Amino acid sequence: MSKISVIIEREYITRVRKKSFIIMTILGPVLMAALIIVPSLLMLNQDTELKKIAVIEDKSDLFRNAIPNIKNTEFVYLENVKLEDIKNNFEQAGYYGVLFISSEVIHVPDAVQLISRKQPPILLIEHIKNSLEKEIERQKLLTYKIENLDEIMKSVRTRVSVQTIRIDDTGKVKETSTGIAMALAYILSFLIYILVFVFGAQVMRGVIEEKTSRVVEVIISSVKPIQLMMGKIIGLALVGLTQFMIWIVLTFAIVTAVKSTIISKETITSAVQSIPQDLMAQSSTAQNQKETVTQISENSSAEFMKIFNTALNQPWGLIIFSFIFYFVTGYLLYASVFAAIGSAVDNETETQQFMLPVTIPIILGLFVAMGTMQNPESSLSFWFSLIPFTSPIVMVARIPFGVPWWELVLSMFLMIVTFIAFVWMAAKIYRTGILMYGKKTSWAEMWKWLTYKG
Amino acid sequence: MTLFEAKNVTKQFGSTVALNQLSISVPRQSIYGLLGPNGAGKTTLIRIINQITGPDSGELFLEGRKLQPSDVYEIGYLPEERGLYKKMKVGEQALYFARLKGLPKSEAMRRLKYWFKKLEMVDWWNKKVEELSKGMAQKVQFVTTILHEPKLIIFDEPFTGFDPLNVNIIKNEILFLRERGATILFSTHNMSSVEELCDNITLIDHGKSMLDGRVDEIRKAWAGNEYSVTFAGNVQLPENGNFKIMNSQAENHNTVIKLKCLKNATTNEILQDLIKAGNIISFNPALPSMNEIFIRVVESKNSSPSNQ
Repeated sequence: MSKISVIIEREYITRVRKKSFIIMTILGPVLMAALIIVPSLLMLNQDTELKKIAVIEDKSDLFRNAIPNIKNTEFVYLENVKLEDIKNNFEQAGYYGVLFISSEVIHVPDAVQLISRKQPPILLIEHIKNSLEKEIERQKLLTYKIENLDEIMKSVRTRVSVQTIRIDDTGKVKETSTGIAMALAYILSFLIYILVFVFGAQVMRGVIEEKTSRVVEVIISSVKPIQLMMGKIIGLALVGLTQFMIWIVLTFAIVTAVKSTIISKETITSAVQSIPQDLMAQSSTAQNQKETVTQISENSSAEFMKIFNTALNQPWGLIIFSFIFYFVTGYLLYASVFAAIGSAVDNETETQQFMLPVTIPIILGLFVAMGTMQNPESSLSFWFSLIPFTSPIVMVARIPFGVPWWELVLSMFLMIVTFIAFVWMAAKIYRTGILMYGKKTSWAEMWKWLTYKG
Repeated sequence: MTLFEAKNVTKQFGSTVALNQLSISVPRQSIYGLLGPNGAGKTTLIRIINQITGPDSGELFLEGRKLQPSDVYEIGYLPEERGLYKKMKVGEQALYFARLKGLPKSEAMRRLKYWFKKLEMVDWWNKKVEELSKGMAQKVQFVTTILHEPKLIIFDEPFTGFDPLNVNIIKNEILFLRERGATILFSTHNMSSVEELCDNITLIDHGKSMLDGRVDEIRKAWAGNEYSVTFAGNVQLPENGNFKIMNSQAENHNTVIKLKCLKNATTNEILQDLIKAGNIISFNPALPSMNEIFIRVVESKNSSPSNQ
């Protein structure tokens, strides 16, 4: 046992000290944090630009105040202005664009034009479209001369949001969120996929390195081949977990740091300071806007609390336990197969013929896991979460949606049996393979190695 | 006294018989040569001794008791297929191998310092192995093989990759190790080093022991009554009933003649004949080289009809 720890120590320390490991460990969180921060920064930057849009109609004034102002966009209704007059000089007048509504709009849907120098954001277009549609709908209804139309409309309009509630076997009711379950399923199965693939392949490369540099025979004259193999597998798993932990902590730290310094400052300054600067004339509108901003943030924090609460409702104990279980067993299963392959070949190019049958179940597992998020109860997900080669990836994707106990137990049992069988077989192939040089190995050859006596 | 013994060891790989009822007995504090053509089964035997693989049948004994898994600490092994981690530093790597052989860190450090100093390798400690030449790497491997002071040291082709100067250094170290009590099992194709170093040998072919015993006795047994005589100047030696001239050649103003003794003539009788012919500089029994014996044993075996 002490010798296996010497091997684990070497595998761990030599890899952790490598430049590529240090660079990836630092670069990873920076990239991930950038992925999180940059889009929100971009969104903030877009929002800080204040847009004034001139609204003109050719004949009637049907749509006066039909389009409400939204965050950072103000609609200014201009009377008695012809499109030709403003078309070429709206920028000098301080407008972002001109919205021209033809009187035919009630009959001809494409009688609205938004003229601008820049490509207008899609959200703005959607907003204009929705407002005009609603206004046209209202005006058309008005022609029916229904009494108390406004009250009727108010009472008719109901917002619906679907709350998903799951009842478990004991009859307990739980509020769940499909969105959170999906996100969890995605993250968990993808993590296992990455960990198994990246570090399993590294095990293989390590074995090939030892074989081609001829260092292996010296080592196995001191330790048993299975000790060397398991030492490498465990050492690499620890490297993977270390990198992973550092990534999580660093990403979290970077994101929080950036958020608290840059983003919060920008939201406040952009929302509060820029408004009076640009809209000195319309102070009332600015006031309105300020209110909208605070309202939005209040809304979103309430929304967040709700998501947070449903997130807490997830069976975290079970999720963490099964994630660790499936990571450990899945990694051991595949890493030992990778080690056996590494032992059977003389260089990395020869691994191709053996890699394909190994990678297919992993990739298949990921595909089924993605499908599982759409339909957790499908029979495909059921079977693939029981078959041990795909179950680590598929089962962790199913767990956030709830899995019957017997299925989970059966899947875990099959997984344990299979990984023990595969580690045993891999150790036998490895033991013979690492001492075979200059011979092209076939599957039949590897099968023969399984039958050799100690 | 015997340090290591293998009795009737047999090993098969599929249908190939790698070792067939092979037995060897290595006396303590001796250098034992394991000879044989490529594929004869030497490496398989060595791997079995190192417990890398197990025999199908047969028994192994170290110091009279059965070989146990913990005996790997008593054995040092320098394989023919040897290497080091290329990206790892020399010192760290030597320390790693020493720890795998069960030495505690501090003790390993102490011994490594001694050996690195002795073999003038101190400057290499912080170098990566890929910066070393092949011979330098071999020297590091030599040190890691003997560092844990094993009772039995196995060298498989230890001299390949060394320049003549380093071959001499390593030869002297091997002799020094024997002096200090180690027993050395030594596999090689280099027959001159066998003559120089080995006390005993076993010649293996096709997994079977073809010839074994003390090197000097084997050479005497294969000598076949031949002598080599050197005369000063140009000498014509007449043949007589006592000996037959095998060949005669001039060498640095001398004449070297190889002759085969006929009947049962004693050396004194032959010398009396030779003295008459000229001034004798030297007279030696002509022992066949291990090289000749090797070739003759292996070829006779391969050409015998029983082997076809």
